[in-house]
Amino acid sequence: MSGRRVELLVAGLLAAAAVAACGFVVVYVVHIDTQLLGLAFGLALIALAAAAILAGRSLVPQEIETEERPDFTDPEGRSRAEREARELHHVAARAGEGISRRRLLGTAAGAAGAAMGAAIVVPLASLGPSVDDRLRESPWRDGVPLVDENGIAVPASHLDTGSFLSAFAKGADRERLASSLVVVRVNPDDLALPDERADWAPEGIMAFSKICTHAGCAINLYRSPLYPPRSPGGPALVCPCHYSTFDVLTGGDVIFGPAGRPLPQLPLRIDSGGNLVAAGPLSGNVGPSWSGVRQS
Amino acid sequence: MSRRVETALEERTGGSSFLRATLRYVFPDHWSFLLGEIALYSFVVLIATGTFLALFYSPSTAETTYQGGYSPLAGQEMTQAYASALHLSFDVPGGLLMRQTHHWAALVFVAAIVMHLMRIFFTGAFRKPRDVNYYVGLTMLMIAVFEGYLGYSLLDDLLSGMGLAIGYAAALSVPVLGAPFATLAWDGQFPGTDVFFSRMFITHVFILPAVLAALITIHLVMVARPHHTQWADPGHTERNVVGIPMWPGYALRSIGLFLAVAGALVLMGGLIQINPVWLWGPYHTYQATNGAQPDWYLGWLIGGLRLVPAFDVTIGSYTLIPNPFWGGVLFPLSIFGFLFAWPSIERRVRRDQRQHNLLERPRDAPFRTAIGAAVFTFVATVFFAGAADRAFVQIGIQYETQVWIYRGLVIVLPALAYWIVRRVCDELRARELTFGDSSPVRRIRRGPGGGFAR
Repeated sequence: MSGRRVELLVAGLLAAAAVAACGFVVVYVVHIDTQLLGLAFGLALIALAAAAILAGRSLVPQEIETEERPDFTDPEGRSRAEREARELHHVAARAGEGISRRRLLGTAAGAAGAAMGAAIVVPLASLGPSVDDRLRESPWRDGVPLVDENGIAVPASHLDTGSFLSAFAKGADRERLASSLVVVRVNPDDLALPDERADWAPEGIMAFSKICTHAGCAINLYRSPLYPPRSPGGPALVCPCHYSTFDVLTGGDVIFGPAGRPLPQLPLRIDSGGNLVAAGPLSGNVGPSWSGVRQS
Repeated sequence: MSRRVETALEERTGGSSFLRATLRYVFPDHWSFLLGEIALYSFVVLIATGTFLALFYSPSTAETTYQGGYSPLAGQEMTQAYASALHLSFDVPGGLLMRQTHHWAALVFVAAIVMHLMRIFFTGAFRKPRDVNYYVGLTMLMIAVFEGYLGYSLLDDLLSGMGLAIGYAAALSVPVLGAPFATLAWDGQFPGTDVFFSRMFITHVFILPAVLAALITIHLVMVARPHHTQWADPGHTERNVVGIPMWPGYALRSIGLFLAVAGALVLMGGLIQINPVWLWGPYHTYQATNGAQPDWYLGWLIGGLRLVPAFDVTIGSYTLIPNPFWGGVLFPLSIFGFLFAWPSIERRVRRDQRQHNLLERPRDAPFRTAIGAAVFTFVATVFFAGAADRAFVQIGIQYETQVWIYRGLVIVLPALAYWIVRRVCDELRARELTFGDSSPVRRIRRGPGGGFAR
């Protein structure tokens, strides 16, 4: 391409950029539209880019230059680097001239540094009290009623076999991990609970923490009753984040996926009004594990 | 520039000779050398759009009732953080364009860094004297991934909340130190209190960008000081550098690249929807959605978390190392550990302490290329495993079956990749040793008199 034509082309691209940028301002003033705004401003930038690249490649003098590199070390040996390093060391070491008790000073400086480091780090503790207490908080005790999303008591008769319901501790902050539950109803004859949990599931109604013990997501998948009859078959609660799968009938054992401990189960009873009430605390700590949490 | 300006500059700064050297700084020309520039220019776009977003975002978890321009969520209880993101998207003129451009720029930023890293790795550009600068680059990649995660976590929609829950679990899973650290960072148990969002916000908009800007400066100075690497073409030696001077040829091209990157990002921000947070709804700890996928650069971590079989390290009936540690912490740390360790491993294996300014073609360093391909295949397999639930929805292969297949593939595929790549490198080099016209190799024949002839 001849020089004159390139000049015209670059000028044309710059003009196109100007038009598109004006278009952006017009769209902004007249009627905001995300697509048109993006199109106008994006095209303005692209036209400018084309102008700059074209000018760089065809308008200005095209030069290829060869430059010597700075020589840090001799590519074959290290003599130059060693000489430089010796001279640097010489300058740096001047600070130590005439000092006789180096070890004493060094030890004292180390002690001061370590103590200062501790003094700087320790105030971090004021960010919070004991860790474990805050991770074990739970509103569930014997007699705490279950309520649904609207804060209304949950009657046992409202749950059909195979159904799945979210529930909360009455009066508790729902965002706290230990507050939320999933409630399911299974055929009582299918239950395979450990002996000590024999009376935790009145009429086959079972409640589990809704927070996965793997990574803390809410469990919102209920597979019932078509789980493949591999082992142990039956209904399962599944977390949608990493597909940890918990066996309902055995009381929350992990049957697939990465969770390292079972889903905590809440013992239930049915009060005189026919509503669901906690019969005790959850069977384990809620949410993701940490060093020192009980396995189950 | 008029002579007066230059005189004034010299009289006040004495910088003319430095500027002159800078303007004649030589850039070797190859397309792969532009990947790092794309990352740099994405960062500039991130700073520009992010500054705009920060003028509207509110890092507060105080509950509010939504009454903005998006009617499907009208009257919903949500945090002010999420409400401000909706306000920015629907009621601030140009706000959605800025938000989407910012999100696209973040995706491209990390992608460009990863491509740049692969270029550096597979051509041996990390070798002495550039190994320290390679460490600086790796550090920036780790910060960039974390920075992106914080960015989309700030919005407090359902997806970002689930991401934070997983991040909390990963932090909590670090043996012994995890629980105190996570409890301090979140100001209690997840989902924490208001101060947690303030901390995320200041980290995302100030601390990490400042650290990145400082590291970028160091990175560029350490590139310029020994000058760029170059391919071993005729006339190129270890002691020289051949290419286009900064002024005027290269500067115009590079400004053009910046404008093209910015233009592409603005076009994507305007025309291609990304992270429509209004569709996900507000986050609550007791809610979740199916088929959730993170931004691409965290895909390998969700895959890691999903592939690990269910086991904790326990002492008696107490947990010592919870499960998310393996996939969420140890896996990424090992990959970065490998990348950090590689320059010194290679120096030892090849017994090579020399300076290198000429790049190696991947085929000319078959061991490195094959190891790199194996590690990349490993990470990529885990990455795809993270999308197995989507494959189940799309294709219908049982999720459990897929997980078992992937658990096998993460062992088999890297070994296969190593073997294939090593073979391909050897074949490619063998093919170059032919007797064609363009080959430097010539057939010679020894005559009866003892002499050699072509």
